[in-house]
Amino acid sequence: MKGILSLTVNNRPGVLNRITNLFTKRNYNIESMTVGPSEQEGISRMTFVVDVDDEAVVEQITKQLNKQIEVLKVHDITNQTIVARELALIKILVTTQSRAEIYSVIEPFRASVIDVSKDSLTVQITGESDKIEAFIELIKPYGIKELARTGTAAIARGMQIAPAKSATIV
Amino acid sequence: MTQKSVVADRKSGKTHYSGAEFLLDALKKENVEVIFGYPGGSVLPIYDKLYSSELFHILTRHEQGAIHAAEGYARITGKPGVVIVTSGPGATNIVTGLADAMIDSLPLVVISGQVSTSVIGSDAFQEADVLGITTPITKHNYQVRKPEDLPRIIKEAFYIASSGRPGPVLIDIPKDMAILEGVSTDAEPKMDLPGYQPTTKPNYLQIRKLVEAVSGAKKPVILAGAGVLHAKAAHLLKDYVEQQGIPVVHTLLGLGGFPAEHPLFIGMGGMHGCFAANMALSKCDLLINIGARFDDRLTGNLAKFAQHATVAHIDIDPAEIGKNVPTKIPVVGSAKEALKELIAQNGKKPEIEEWTTQLTKWNEEFPLRYTHEEGVLKPQRVIQMLHEKTNGEAIVTTDVGQHQMWAAQYYPFNKPNSWVTSGGLGTMGFGLPSALGAQLADPKATVLSISGDGGFQMCLQELSVIAEMNLPIKIIIVNNGALGMVRQWQELFHDNRFSHSIFQSHPDFVKLADAYGIPGYKVTTEEEASDCLDVALATDGPVLIDFRVKQKENVFPMVAQGKGLDEMEGV
Repeated sequence: MKGILSLTVNNRPGVLNRITNLFTKRNYNIESMTVGPSEQEGISRMTFVVDVDDEAVVEQITKQLNKQIEVLKVHDITNQTIVARELALIKILVTTQSRAEIYSVIEPFRASVIDVSKDSLTVQITGESDKIEAFIELIKPYGIKELARTGTAAIARGMQIAPAKSATIV
Repeated sequence: MTQKSVVADRKSGKTHYSGAEFLLDALKKENVEVIFGYPGGSVLPIYDKLYSSELFHILTRHEQGAIHAAEGYARITGKPGVVIVTSGPGATNIVTGLADAMIDSLPLVVISGQVSTSVIGSDAFQEADVLGITTPITKHNYQVRKPEDLPRIIKEAFYIASSGRPGPVLIDIPKDMAILEGVSTDAEPKMDLPGYQPTTKPNYLQIRKLVEAVSGAKKPVILAGAGVLHAKAAHLLKDYVEQQGIPVVHTLLGLGGFPAEHPLFIGMGGMHGCFAANMALSKCDLLINIGARFDDRLTGNLAKFAQHATVAHIDIDPAEIGKNVPTKIPVVGSAKEALKELIAQNGKKPEIEEWTTQLTKWNEEFPLRYTHEEGVLKPQRVIQMLHEKTNGEAIVTTDVGQHQMWAAQYYPFNKPNSWVTSGGLGTMGFGLPSALGAQLADPKATVLSISGDGGFQMCLQELSVIAEMNLPIKIIIVNNGALGMVRQWQELFHDNRFSHSIFQSHPDFVKLADAYGIPGYKVTTEEEASDCLDVALATDGPVLIDFRVKQKENVFPMVAQGKGLDEMEGV
């Protein structure tokens, strides 16, 4: 299963190393990780998507993260209703024949073309991981030259409706 | 310099202090009694200030000796052991000690020198990424970026090391940060630790759940770990046990937390625990873990561990609860606060006479035992004699291996803070230097440093410090000419293929002791052992005794790897 953890940490030297080190030390598998400034100065927000056997492991990761001195708060939002977004930049090979077809694939995904050259298109797509995954699958046959993904950033929704059973990313 | 002298200096117009001055001043404010250290290039500015300071510094002969000594000091006093080492090799030599202190929850504050900030990252002479190396084996670590940050950092380091679940904290000080001056403020440094708030007081509802579980239990048992000792809660454990009449099993590191001579003490559990203790853990219906972490050497095969029990776990570290064993009643808090609350609740005493009778019967039927052989010195007998001759009141330090298990089995402790051993990491070479720290922590105590002939040779350079300070440590070598535990496993599980576990040669340990100016004796029989121990214990200074014991003696009983606790061999 996938677990999603959202944490706030002091933005101090060595913090990132301490946290990623913990994942290595405890043999946890990080699927994606994002880090950036939060709404408070000097405090960063990190979002981890982890691939784990069961919820007990997510709980254990949460506890271990909480033990870190520079970690201020850890939220296990796996079972909460959340908004999660990821961004991907994809450079796709194009020919005069395929160009129009690719545009027709891009459109329903609400992806946008942000760079064009003679033989390639660069597309920006945002959304939940699954959506990006699906888009990549569709676009693969045309030929992907380069791909960069950010990993998931997520926060809990302002209003929590009945707790969802699994990690539903809306 | 003391607070006073800073103020005096201020009057004389001095407002700027070097990082080294800030450091030593802060260490004094923490009432540091002893520093274990070893100088080198990057810490020269610190050692220069130390030269004119009243702080007491011990020059060990290896950085590993320094950190193990600090661990011994910390284990006995409960206060952080303080270490200063230089950059690069100085710092990498303490890595084993940090890992050891981390896994055994010992409070340490370690100062490591670092190359100057201008050359960090350039592979400078004696540079190593000490922050990177020590991150997974410290509770926290710092690198100093401004000299005036040092008072706050030191204050935080002592607080972090000794509060909550104790552990080592490392402070990396680049050389220029020790030299550079910063402005001193009169104000007491303010700690800035918004993300660190250890819980000590337990949740009332969980305590109530535990009280109810106890009152209805038919076969309850308490598993008491080192958390009881860290919390200085041994007396409370005894009060609680006597109030409720629940039998107690100790972990290896918990020994001394509950008096061994108490009728409700069953014994040590785990791989080389006693039969009754392991049966108690296997057959109980309520398992109350107080300050132990369900280590694999204690639980045996987890799938077969306490299968019919409701598990309650009191621990100051929430991450330990449910980590290895599913826990029905989690109690986050210190052993002290939890036991206080449990005693205050004064719950209904469970009716468990049948259970305690059974446990006593098991202990009578299957006591720890070994066979006596004519003319052969048995290692177990050596430990028993040590116990007899010191009335069981000595501080015992050990390395890891057979001698450690025999010490745990045949040297029962009646009071806390008597047992200094490397439990989690299993560090050879730990015993001798930790004895040094333990003796300094408790100068009046009789300290027995018990090592095997293998581990003794891993840190024996500290004999020099012991001799120099004339510390009355009795250095016991349980010499079987082999890496005994490795040899035992090779005999039992590797078809007697004794790959590199039997020593082809040894130095003459008696002459070695003599070279350091320490009286040394070699003992081969029980009679000699008795006489020699009398002489050693009457000597006001260090003595080394080389006990030549039977090589092929194995530690039993034993739970083989992968087996359940109720599948002991050699009972």
